Order: sequence, then structure tokens, then C-alpha cells
Amino acid sequence: MHRDIRLLTQPFIPGALIGPFTNTCEGLGGVCTFVGEVRGGGGVEKLELSHYEPLTMNGLQQLADAAADRFDLMGLLMVHRIGQMHPGEPIVCVSAAAAHRRDSIDAVDFCMDHLKSAAWFWKRELRDGVWHWIEPREADHADLLRWN
Amino acid sequence: MSIRIMYLGQLADIAGKDESEFTSSSGEIDWPDLVELLRNHVNPEISAAVDDARTLVAVNGKVLSDKTHLDARDGDEVALLPPVSGG
Repeated sequence: MHRDIRLLTQPFIPGALIGPFTNTCEGLGGVCTFVGEVRGGGGVEKLELSHYEPLTMNGLQQLADAAADRFDLMGLLMVHRIGQMHPGEPIVCVSAAAAHRRDSIDAVDFCMDHLKSAAWFWKRELRDGVWHWIEPREADHADLLRWN
Repeated sequence: MSIRIMYLGQLADIAGKDESEFTSSSGEIDWPDLVELLRNHVNPEISAAVDDARTLVAVNGKVLSDKTHLDARDGDEVALLPPVSGG
């Protein structure tokens, strides 16, 4: 399986990643891509994601291993931003290529549920000039349990 | 040689810095040593926060299954990990 796992400190254009990624998966039958953006509203001015390189990158690689074991994939792209972002900026892009659609769709869903509550990131948002730390929502934990 | 302590997430706010370096005459730091070093050389709040059951500890990139078994040696990097936020 072709894999492309990256942590980026600068803004990125998700659409620009997909063509080169799918080109590496010759003969694919389906590709599913999810892009998460920093949500606006609620007075959020900025979002900051911090990480710990030895754990965060290993964790993403292990998640890719788990997705590869569970689904029949030809390729998996997982790109995540770190650092400070503004509402509307892409924060994550996960794309899975497979011979059949169900594997690609489910692999993206699986990776996103794990990224949302179990990945080694710490997140805080700036609202009305004050930073607030964020923990996963109950719904994020419930989403993760779907895969047990 | 010394032992490097990394404060992740909100622990960096509580410590008021991203990292510390401690040297121990024996070249080793165990869990009670660390809690005491943090209390005496950083602040009592960070000492209490790392003792919280939800705070995990990694040594050289490996998370300890039981942080109270910490056995850090000169040159090690000890990361103090509060609950993750996810991506």
C-alpha cells in the first residue's frame, strides 16, 4: 500500500494533494477524501495544535497500519496541520484509494474517528483574546467505539 | 549530562515553559524524585498536575504503562502528557 503521512506547519491546499496521490495508485476503483477545516463562529479567532514529534508521528503511522490491516487499500494519504490556524483553513486531509468504494469510504471514516479523539495532539482556541484548551467531545469518543 | 523534561499541552501553561533540564547526583530520577523536583524547582501546580491520574509519561518516545515506575537516566527525555485533544 502506498502511504503518505505528513505533519505540516504551513497552510496547504488539499485539492493539490489528491491528483499526485491517486496517480500512485494505478488501477484504483475508488478514492474517498475528507477535508476538515477550522470551524468558524463562537468567537473563535485562532486554533493552535501542538504535538510531540516522537509520539504524534508514530501514532499516525500506527493508525495507517491499522487501516491497512482492516481495509483492502491501495493507498492512504493522511496530512495534518500543526501550529496556529484561522477559521476556514484546512486542518486535516485523509484520502484512501481502493479497488472498491466501501474500503475507501470506511478507511477514511476509521482514520478520522481515531484522529479526532485518540491522536497525540493538544488543541486550544483563542476566543475573545483568551486561549481555551479543548478536549474531545463525548460524541468523538462514541464515534471511536464504533470500530471496536 | 542531564534529564530533559518536556511539558505538553496545558502542562506547558502550568509550568510556564516548554521544557526543563534536571541533573541528579545519582544520574537517575524516579517518580517521587520527579514530583519533588517539579514542586521545588518549577511550581506546586505542575507537580500536582503530573500526579493526576490522567497525565501520562513517556521516556524517549515510549509511553509508560505505569508512570510511578519511572526510571529516567542521564540523557533521557521525559515527556509529561496531559489528556489529548485529538486532531
